[in-house]
Amino acid sequence: MTLATFAKDTRHAFAENPLTLVAVVIFTLLLLCAILGPSLVPYDPLMTDSNARMVPPSWQHWFGTDHLGRDIFSRVVVAARLDLGMAVTAVAASFVIGTSLGAIAGYRGGFVDQLIGRVFDTIMAFPLFVLAMGIVAALGNSVVNIIIATAIINLPFYGRYARAEVNVRRDAAYVEAARMGGNGSVRILARHIVPNILPPMMVQASLNMGWAILNAAGLSFIGLGVRPPEAEWGIMVSEGASYIFSGEWWTFVFPGMALVLAVFCFNLLGDGLRDMIDPRRRT
Amino acid sequence: MGSAIPSLIGVIIATFLLSRALPGDPAVYFAGPAANAESVQQVRESLGLDKSVPEQFALYVWDLAHGSLGTSLTTGQPVADDLLQRLPASMELTFAALIVAIVVAVPLGVFAAVRPSSFVDHFCRGTVTVAAAFPTFFVALLLVYVFYYLLGWAPQPLGRIDEIYYVAPDTVTGFYLIDTLLAGDSESFRGALAQLVLPTISLALFALAPIARMTRASMLTALGSDFVRTARANGLSGATVLFTYGFRNALLSITNIMGMIFSFLLGSNVLIEQVFGWPGIGAYAVSAVIASDYAAVQGFILMMAVIYVLLNLVVDLLAGLIDPRVRFEG
Repeated sequence: MTLATFAKDTRHAFAENPLTLVAVVIFTLLLLCAILGPSLVPYDPLMTDSNARMVPPSWQHWFGTDHLGRDIFSRVVVAARLDLGMAVTAVAASFVIGTSLGAIAGYRGGFVDQLIGRVFDTIMAFPLFVLAMGIVAALGNSVVNIIIATAIINLPFYGRYARAEVNVRRDAAYVEAARMGGNGSVRILARHIVPNILPPMMVQASLNMGWAILNAAGLSFIGLGVRPPEAEWGIMVSEGASYIFSGEWWTFVFPGMALVLAVFCFNLLGDGLRDMIDPRRRT
Repeated sequence: MGSAIPSLIGVIIATFLLSRALPGDPAVYFAGPAANAESVQQVRESLGLDKSVPEQFALYVWDLAHGSLGTSLTTGQPVADDLLQRLPASMELTFAALIVAIVVAVPLGVFAAVRPSSFVDHFCRGTVTVAAAFPTFFVALLLVYVFYYLLGWAPQPLGRIDEIYYVAPDTVTGFYLIDTLLAGDSESFRGALAQLVLPTISLALFALAPIARMTRASMLTALGSDFVRTARANGLSGATVLFTYGFRNALLSITNIMGMIFSFLLGSNVLIEQVFGWPGIGAYAVSAVIASDYAAVQGFILMMAVIYVLLNLVVDLLAGLIDPRVRFEG
């Protein structure tokens, strides 16, 4: 795909589905929050203020304050780094490991293929969120383990796809040619086969991001991984939930909406990316 | 059957590995925070942790075969009893959500496919995209805030039935909706139903998206196929073409995504039970995780996985009933 046709496809995708443009704008905003968050916000996200507890949204506190008087707007903005960071790391890890395992399985076949396939099957035999809970419970309650758990439950999606795609290309003419040219297996896989299956895998990754965010936030919602007073959307929703019966809605609505926005953005981006890369699969 | 048994074996090995993956000495974890050296040693022996790994695994399988999942630290009861006692609450919620999701999503998808690019189609796409972005626990909290706190339509989100006003039914099936009907107690039935509405909607909402999307896509494929054109050309009525020729063929792709739907429903159950104080196995597992009650956590994971494998088996059998070709390939 040349750069010119890519640009054309991009323009077409935006014209066809203007929502993709919206998603790009939200994405830029989220990225800004994640990178510059702490220096953008008006208050220290951890600073408590006993004189300003449970203040409803106002000009001073756009999203109000929580039970310790912390500014919710500042916390929501700063939390972007942790939430997106967890999801990106987890998706990147399962992308790299899953693709490698799947590619090896598809290329080698035989026993290795069966063994790797069994591992993927076993992961898929669990309800995935439940398995993630179990992994965090077993490895210990920390942010790193949330990332590991999210990466493990996503492995099969990349692994199975890579396996199937590599398997059909294993004996393709250009692979035979590369083999005749004296290239080793690793080089053939890395330089000749995997680059061909990358574009659809990247679409999968961007569609996966939203799900990874939901998964990580769900785990911290039930009290796993992220610990207070750390600012993270899932745990903020969970802290705010205690005040629902006294009507302090802002404590959970704003962090919750941040989650919705982020997931919505990645889902749309994934759809848009798919339209760009594979025009045939447009629905 | 072909896929269920290897899956079960995989699940048992994986849960065994998870329980032995605890950092440090598993016996210390299983004995709990209040244990002393003596009770840790006792736990080590009772779990067989002083034996070799293959022996430990054999012991683990032996215990499982006898229905033993160990003893919970927090309740002091056998984990298997705890889980079985709470299982109906979770299953009632899961099945209610599944039924609601299917009853709403399938007609939505069919309508959208019959009239592509119509208002219904755009509405369907829009809601599906938006619904997919809402975390279930957040939807649940929003619903509680609006329908309990602001409007007062829903009862307080504390469990399966308000025991101040209603009597919990005698346990027959463990499903309150069925048990209250069996007891002929329509008051309590209404009470149980009222408690069930919000958690069911929260859980069903996320499952809607994939079902509606898949129904629409597979109906479009079926309706665009040659056999549907032939059926139309032969003058069959619109309804016959739509349901007998279109829908029956589309059903197979819908059953294909049921595995994913169940995976999602069983996982999100944990979050929903947390919000609604639902006394199911998800809430039990969350408190077990928080209290480092490992036997209970392992038991929960194993039970969930077994249920999930069995549900997938049922789906496979249904797929065979819907499409005889699946049976021959199987």
